[in-house]
Amino acid sequence: MSAIIHGAGAATALTTFNSKKLVAPCRTNLPARSKRCIVVAGSDDASKSFGSSSVLSVRRPQKLIANAVATKTDTSATTGHELLLFEALQEGLEEEMDRDPHVCVMGEDVGHYGGSYKVTKGLADKFGDLRVLDTPICENAFTGMGIGAAMTGLRPVIEGMNMGFLLLAFNQISNNCGMLHYTSGGQFTIPVVIRGPGGVGRQLGAEHSQRLESYFQSIPGIQMVACSTPYNAKGLMKAAIRSENPVILFEHVLLYNLKEKIPDDDYICNLEEAEMVRPGEHITILTYSRMRYHVMQAAKTLVNKGYDPEVIDIRSLKPFDLYTIGNSVKKTHRVLIVEECMRTGGIGASLTAAINENFHDYLDAPVMCLSSQDVPTPYAGTLEEWTVVQPAQIVTAVEQLCQ
Amino acid sequence: MSLSRLSSRSNLIPRPLSAAISRLISTDTTPITIETSLPFTAHLCDPPSRSVESSTQELLTFFRTMALMRRMEIAADSLYKAKLIRGFCHLYDGQEAVAIGMEAAITRKDAIITAYRDHCIFLGRGGSLYEVFAELMGRRDGCSRGKGGSMHFYKKDASFYGGHGIVGAQVPLGCGIAFAQKYDKEEAVTFAMYGDGAANQGQLFEALNISALWDLPSILVCENNHYGMGTAEWRAAKSPSYYKRGDYVPGLKVDGMDAFAVKQACKFAKEHALKNGPIILEMDTYRYHGHSMSDPGSTYRTRDEISGVRQERDPIERIKKLVLSHDIATEKELKDMEKEIRKEVDDAIAKAKDCPMPEPSELFTNVYVKGFGTESFGPDRKEVKAALP
Repeated sequence: MSAIIHGAGAATALTTFNSKKLVAPCRTNLPARSKRCIVVAGSDDASKSFGSSSVLSVRRPQKLIANAVATKTDTSATTGHELLLFEALQEGLEEEMDRDPHVCVMGEDVGHYGGSYKVTKGLADKFGDLRVLDTPICENAFTGMGIGAAMTGLRPVIEGMNMGFLLLAFNQISNNCGMLHYTSGGQFTIPVVIRGPGGVGRQLGAEHSQRLESYFQSIPGIQMVACSTPYNAKGLMKAAIRSENPVILFEHVLLYNLKEKIPDDDYICNLEEAEMVRPGEHITILTYSRMRYHVMQAAKTLVNKGYDPEVIDIRSLKPFDLYTIGNSVKKTHRVLIVEECMRTGGIGASLTAAINENFHDYLDAPVMCLSSQDVPTPYAGTLEEWTVVQPAQIVTAVEQLCQ
Repeated sequence: MSLSRLSSRSNLIPRPLSAAISRLISTDTTPITIETSLPFTAHLCDPPSRSVESSTQELLTFFRTMALMRRMEIAADSLYKAKLIRGFCHLYDGQEAVAIGMEAAITRKDAIITAYRDHCIFLGRGGSLYEVFAELMGRRDGCSRGKGGSMHFYKKDASFYGGHGIVGAQVPLGCGIAFAQKYDKEEAVTFAMYGDGAANQGQLFEALNISALWDLPSILVCENNHYGMGTAEWRAAKSPSYYKRGDYVPGLKVDGMDAFAVKQACKFAKEHALKNGPIILEMDTYRYHGHSMSDPGSTYRTRDEISGVRQERDPIERIKKLVLSHDIATEKELKDMEKEIRKEVDDAIAKAKDCPMPEPSELFTNVYVKGFGTESFGPDRKEVKAALP
């Protein structure tokens, strides 16, 4: 019964999406990709989407790697070019800068150095020093300057070399970026994009392994998105730049070298939408950013054990795409949230509250949330492994929820 | 001669300074040269001359607008005590010369951004009394639709960027606006105003460093009223020479109670910034009220000091003396003008009091540019999620 309701929901949802301009034009590729991409042992999945118009793609790593990110093998899209995630971000940025002369980039070492993660490589040579600005090390001031410039109509992309450094600019982001549109009665819009890598890397130490999603999530007026694949990285970057609202784009230090084939044509990803990674029937697993890969790894094990998890990459951290999530909950009745954010007050905590509030009647089991431990990230490799959620823990949690 | 023509009842907007209220005397725009009260003190630049070009019209406009600002602030004081204005209310009386002199030197394309003591600067930029009082009382027709309050006045079409509550945060914003002006090749400058208290914020120096590096047309104006809320200047800053704080950036110290000195300095600064990059102006001024309405203003300074400044350096008195000495108007005419201003302010307050409060649905407008954000992606796409309980 729930599947039928789903179908109807999908149909209406798709039509509403058509009216929105942020739908990826490559949807025509979608059926082809998804048919060949879904790896589900023994189950025949013909349905594509639950109102999500983003790509359904499934990782198929060749070997099980304990806590690394598996690179994606070549997908079967017929046209397109293969590139790494940081190149996808760069491509998105470059295309937007070509398209609109008001877009500029500011950050530390983004210009001549090419960006500490090479996201802005080559842009300074192409666009000049006035559009790709190397700032001195003063996050508070250059974030403020970006916001001031945005008040007049420019569209700066502000890079924090590491998301953790943006804590120095918290006042500017919270008070000026988020609130100016409201306190000025709508006179000023702040179309900035604040982006940077965050998350736990490879033994980078406590201060460079921060997850700031939880700190920013209650600021009214901003949108937060987290990218996880080259496809959605480019799409979200472009959508964020075109958006009139301030958007914080969370990248992850360990995901920059992911390889994927992305379409050649111009596309953007809807900023407020979640991505269906793997449809399923038994349990909904909500995740974002790097944990998506841990979840997919766990999914392989789970599938072998006979479970059918539905994996959704929520992508939009503020606001949550409660529609897609809700439809999934209504189908599976069990939710597991896997995130890299801290346990206390993290994205998972807010999502748990939102799901309980809105979908309580549909839940057969309490919402379970796996997050990082509430500790500063230690340096030692083994300890660091245990601060973040591992695939084995995900498998255990699913088994526990599904009994 | 009907001075009543000076303030038309139908619109309460004080006219821009360049188009002053017409005055029924034979010579409207006779040029006058006025000497500033004190010479300028300069740091790393040549100070401008003390002789300021002005006209009779401008003198009268200065007087009228400053009197209007003064009256507006005093009226806000009474409204606050009557509990019609709540929260924070920072009054600008005593410092009017800075707002007026700056306006006289620049165009509406030049941007001004300031902190929370913004009522008079908003007025100078072309805001109307009605908008000011409606916003202060939180009404629908306020300049920020009642959602900003005293500290958040903005006027985009006049390049007035507000109105900011956090001390010092507006200076990087101002340098960003200057950056955008340079990016768009606008030939305009930005005046980023802050106080002596904010002069100790680190982000100021960060912004100044970037402005100097990138040659941005930003002018940092320190309105030094000698008290950072309750802390006197000498207790907060090791070096009270705020105009020298830029180190490699030139600076100018100006008598902020003399509107003509301010005008000359701003003109000089604008020319300098367009050619050479940032410059700091320190306006030596004074506020009669306390820091805000919750501060009596007398616990950290003596009443004698306040009345002393009022007697010797009051900006409106200075202009009044100049008007009288140049025979532009008589004592009685000026008094009549002040009476009219009082009536104008009272009318604006009455009209603002009649204005209704914002609709409850206004709570959720302007959070995002379109919609509330969660509306379209709530659990049911058709259902509006943002609703009051």
